Parts: sequence; C-alpha cells; structure tokens
Amino acid sequence: MNGTRGGMISGLANPTRFLALVGRVVPVLAGITAVLFIIGLWLAFTTEGDYQQGDTVRIMYIHVPAAWLAMMCYMVMAAAALGTLVWRHPLADVAHKAAAPIGAAFTFLALVTGSLWGKPMWGAWWVWDARLTSVLVLFLMYLGIIALHRAIDEPARAARLAAILILVGVVNIPIIKFSVDWWNTLHQPASVLRIGGPTIDPEFLWPLLVMAFAYTFAFFTMHFAAMRNEILRRRVSAMRKVAASRIGAGTVERVS
Amino acid sequence: MLALYLRDLKLAVRAGGGALIGLLFFFSVIAVIPFAVGPDLALLSRIGPAVLWIGALLATLIGLDRLFQAEREDGSLDLLLIQDMPLVVTVLVKCLAHWTASVLPLVALSPVMGLMLNVEARALGAAALTLLAGSPAITFIGAAGAAIAVSLPRGGLLVPVLVLPLAVPVLIFGVSATYAAVTDPQPFLPPFLILVALMLFFAVIGPLAAAAALRQAAD
Repeated sequence: MNGTRGGMISGLANPTRFLALVGRVVPVLAGITAVLFIIGLWLAFTTEGDYQQGDTVRIMYIHVPAAWLAMMCYMVMAAAALGTLVWRHPLADVAHKAAAPIGAAFTFLALVTGSLWGKPMWGAWWVWDARLTSVLVLFLMYLGIIALHRAIDEPARAARLAAILILVGVVNIPIIKFSVDWWNTLHQPASVLRIGGPTIDPEFLWPLLVMAFAYTFAFFTMHFAAMRNEILRRRVSAMRKVAASRIGAGTVERVS
Repeated sequence: MLALYLRDLKLAVRAGGGALIGLLFFFSVIAVIPFAVGPDLALLSRIGPAVLWIGALLATLIGLDRLFQAEREDGSLDLLLIQDMPLVVTVLVKCLAHWTASVLPLVALSPVMGLMLNVEARALGAAALTLLAGSPAITFIGAAGAAIAVSLPRGGLLVPVLVLPLAVPVLIFGVSATYAAVTDPQPFLPPFLILVALMLFFAVIGPLAAAAALRQAAD
C-alpha cells in the first residue's frame, strides 16, 4: 500500500489481503450496525406517533431505509459492474455477485413493509402506482441478475455478462427515484432528499436517519461477509477441480 | 451491411425462420384474452389498446432468442465478430432486419386485431402508431438480452425474464400515449415523444450492450 487510492485498490486485488482486511473490518461494522439499530429502533418506538397515521407511521422507519438501500445496492452493483468490464477486476466480479441477493432482500423488505403500511393508509395491500410498480420491476431485475449468475458455470464469464445486464438496468434507478415526481400518484413525493431541504418534521427525521445509517452499515457488513464467502467458495471449487484432475491423471488415488 | 440486412430478412421469412411464429403467437394472445375476461364488448374496447401492446411485447420477445442463436450454432457469429465493421453496427443492422421481418407485420396486423377487440378507430390508429415507434425499442433492448443468453444452454427461457423488466417503461409510455389519443383532456404528443426518445435511447444502449455481451460469449 503506497498511500494512493489506486495503490490501495491494486493492493486489495490480492484476495488474500482482501480476506484479511474483511476479517478485521466485518466485526467492527457488525458492532456499529448493532449499536445503530438499538438506537434507531429505540428512537423509532419512543417518539410520538403521527397525529393522522397513529402508530402505523413507525413502519416508515423500517420501510423507507429499506427502499433507499435497495437503490443504493443497485448503484454499488453498477459501480462493481464497471470494475468488471473496464478493469476486469476479480474482486468486482465477486462484489456484484454478492450484492445481488442482498439487494433483492432489501427490495423485498421494502415491498412487504410498504404493503403492510398501504393497507391501513390506502385501504389496499397493493396499488399499481408508479413507485410501487417501479420498485417491483427493480425486484424482478435483481432476480434476473441472480438467475443469470446461477445459469453460467464459469464465474468470470458469468460476472461479465451479468455486469452488462446490470449496467443496462441502471436506467430503471432514476425512474424509481423520480417516479413520484413525474407521475402524480398515490405515493407521497420525496420529503427527505429533495432540493430545498427536507419537509419532514425533525421528530420523524432523526429516527429515520439513524435507521438509514443502521441499514447502510448492515448492508456493508453483509456485503463484505458475502464477498468473503464467495471468495472462499471459489477457492473450494478450484481446489476440488485440481483434486478431480489429479484423480483423473491417476496421481492420487483418493481425496479426503 | 445491406447484404447482411437482406440475408437476415430472407432467413427470417423463409421456412423455419420464425417470423411467422411471432405473428401467430400475437394472434393467439389476442384471441385468448376475450376467453379470459369474457365477451363484454365495452370492457374489451376499453382494455383493447393495452392488450394489443402486451400481445406485441410478448410476441416480440418470443422471437428474440433466435436473433444470435442460429448464427452461433452454425459458426457465422465468429465471422461477424472478426470482420472490419464495428460489431455495434452489425448488431444494429441485425436488429433492424429482425424488426422488419418479425415485428413490422405484427404492427401492421394490430389494427385488424384491434377490430376484433372492438377498439374504436382513433385508438386503432394510435395503437398502431405507438407500436411502430415503440416496438424497435423492445427489439433493441431484447437484442442485449439475447446476446447475454446466447452462450447459455436453454437460454431462450431466460431472455424474456431478463428483458421484460427493462421493457416496462416502453410499455408504460406506449399504452399511455394510446389512451391519451382517445381521452380528450390528455395531450397525445408528450408521452409519444417520450416513447420515441426511449426508442432512440435503446437504439444506442441495446446494440452497445449486445455487442459487449457477444464478445464475452465468444471468449
């Protein structure tokens, strides 16, 4: 590591060094996640309910960060996909493969909690409004990317083809973000990340922000852990192949 | 490039080409809908344009897995890869040929199908016009899916799964432009122009992604 960013990244290209770093970082991240979740959930359940929505407003603290993370995870995957296609970086391959199921899980959580919130607020479990529909499309895209990864045996080729698909799918992200502004539908317009500052009351904003940070750290914890698992899985599979070829060549009688 | 275009066109319309299959599939989808929702003419007339769009979308996707498959099987894909012409242009030409052979007849047929669904005349015209503008977008984006799936065993099933989510914006604006032409207060032009913009956008992205995927598949 020579201090420059490029140097650090090429240093991390060595999966062994990456594994060592992840081994140190993941427990720290997990600890921060736990603390943030405790604070966030405590805030979420102790602050007052909304005068209109009552206690159901607390679903927001689970729902909104999940939706944010669903989009952020896709952007992380898109960045990793660029890494795969431009620099052919093996860690980038691992990064977007590991992120896809996590992103699908966040999207699923956002859809389910949104549905639970929609029932008392809108009177229906599911409404085909722009935001819901575009997030559902995001969920389908995650599933398609996972399916593509599973369909190809060779990891490097799977990663490059999936990367192309991920980059093409980026067009959907702005559609999700701006769907509530472009189409005047049931879902409320952006109230936190908007030009001119948040319109949401600070009483709701604080727990929401803490929860958002908790989710973000949870994402990175899971992502790094999943990347580590993926690297180890590839090593095991490579070792098996070597062992199998040795058996085939007749140099080793039995393995294990 | 013209030679490639004509060659693909001939291959598609001749026996075993598959251009006809898309048309038949479109016809089947349209014919099945009244059995499902019932022969209520008022209802059919209301959902007719949307049904036309869904039928066209599905029929376009059905034929797409063949876009590069046959050439991979007989090896001519490798020739396309090593020739001087940029691969993006080749893919674009192949997309246009596929669209002309398989999708354009479908667009031409859509007013007739619409009549069977009791769609009124203005909506018929609007549906055909939006399909004309929007269906190339589906072909372009589908080419990317077809190229990604070309090296997979049984990749044909994966193509619609990968492409459908990406085709959703096209479907949204296609149908909304069609309805805007019929219902009075809404203007037709804004959604239609967005549809055209989407088509041009995918005309760039689709072949680029498809060319990249074909190169990976050839490795």
